[in-house]
Amino acid sequence: MTAKLTFRDKEFTVKHGMTIRDAIIKCDLSPEAVLPVINGELVTDDRYLKPDDVIKLVPVISGG
Amino acid sequence: MKCRKCDAKAVINMRQHRLALCRDHFIEWIVESTARFIEKYDMFTLDDRVLVAVSGGKDSLALWDVLYKLGYHADGLYINLGIDGGFGYSKTSLQKIEQFMSTRSDLHLEVVDVPAVYGAPVNVAAEATSHGAGKPCSICGLTKRHIMNRVAREGGYDVVATGHNLDDEAAVLLGNTLRWQIGYLTRQGPVLPASEDGLVRKVKPFCRFYERETAAYSLLSGIDYVEDECPYAVGARTIYHKEILNQMEEHSRGAKLQFYLTFLQAKEQGIFQAADDSVELTPCSKCGQPTTAAGYCAFCRLWDKVRED
Repeated sequence: MTAKLTFRDKEFTVKHGMTIRDAIIKCDLSPEAVLPVINGELVTDDRYLKPDDVIKLVPVISGG
Repeated sequence: MKCRKCDAKAVINMRQHRLALCRDHFIEWIVESTARFIEKYDMFTLDDRVLVAVSGGKDSLALWDVLYKLGYHADGLYINLGIDGGFGYSKTSLQKIEQFMSTRSDLHLEVVDVPAVYGAPVNVAAEATSHGAGKPCSICGLTKRHIMNRVAREGGYDVVATGHNLDDEAAVLLGNTLRWQIGYLTRQGPVLPASEDGLVRKVKPFCRFYERETAAYSLLSGIDYVEDECPYAVGARTIYHKEILNQMEEHSRGAKLQFYLTFLQAKEQGIFQAADDSVELTPCSKCGQPTTAAGYCAFCRLWDKVRED
């Protein structure tokens, strides 16, 4: 069983059971640079991924 | 993870503060902390007229929202830079600001349309200069600083507030430190004081919040902001520096905060005092705004050249 992480136009599939923070790192993203959102609700990244979870990672870095 | 202040589920964990909060307590924490920073750094008072530079992004709209909640007399300034980027970047930004204003009463917005007033979008203007071709960021910065100061002076504002967050400040600090740009280091801080020569006071009330906190505040407050990056910011050095700092933060919580706060502390202790190379400013002979150059200021020289081409 897997969970999905979306970031901008990318989609990552990861195994459930790990924390969102670990999943973000596994996808080569920085937990400091995104905010995890599930069903429109902001969640902390220590939450364990459940099967079929879809996590939207909202990018927070801006500027030039 | 539970909220430190109540038993509700936390929505954000700020590892550098070892503080997890629920939605309501996080919003309250941002508002109260902003009020504390404004007072601590002596930024402005309830009697001052504040001009908030709003871009349609998460930081500036969040700042305007917080100042509105705190009861400050804060008007907005939107500078339309005329950037399209294939998705109407500037147009969308203004729409987000108007949407924000429609749900809050008595907000006033000044709009300066750069292509209409000065003759071209900033990216086109950048093509006319040797150092801006292909990358309009420095021209954009120069243009925004000039317009902010002009509008603040003409409108009788006491202070210009920008939504710079700690990640912005730490990234600039890293860049300036890597090149030991002492002049820039001397001037960096939460407050850039007004000068008798005509520079209006500039402040950064969000300078101690991480970028993910200002984004979280906007999300949790229902502020619809421009999520897309400025198309010209892709690959910018500031973003690269932010990524490096975030890697450090992952390994050592609070690294970014410590970097910035110890810099401010060192500055206060006079580490840059000997290098303080304050220069005398004179009014530009065209627009009257303060400049270090004799004759025309950099802004007038740039835009005259753009109109000539």
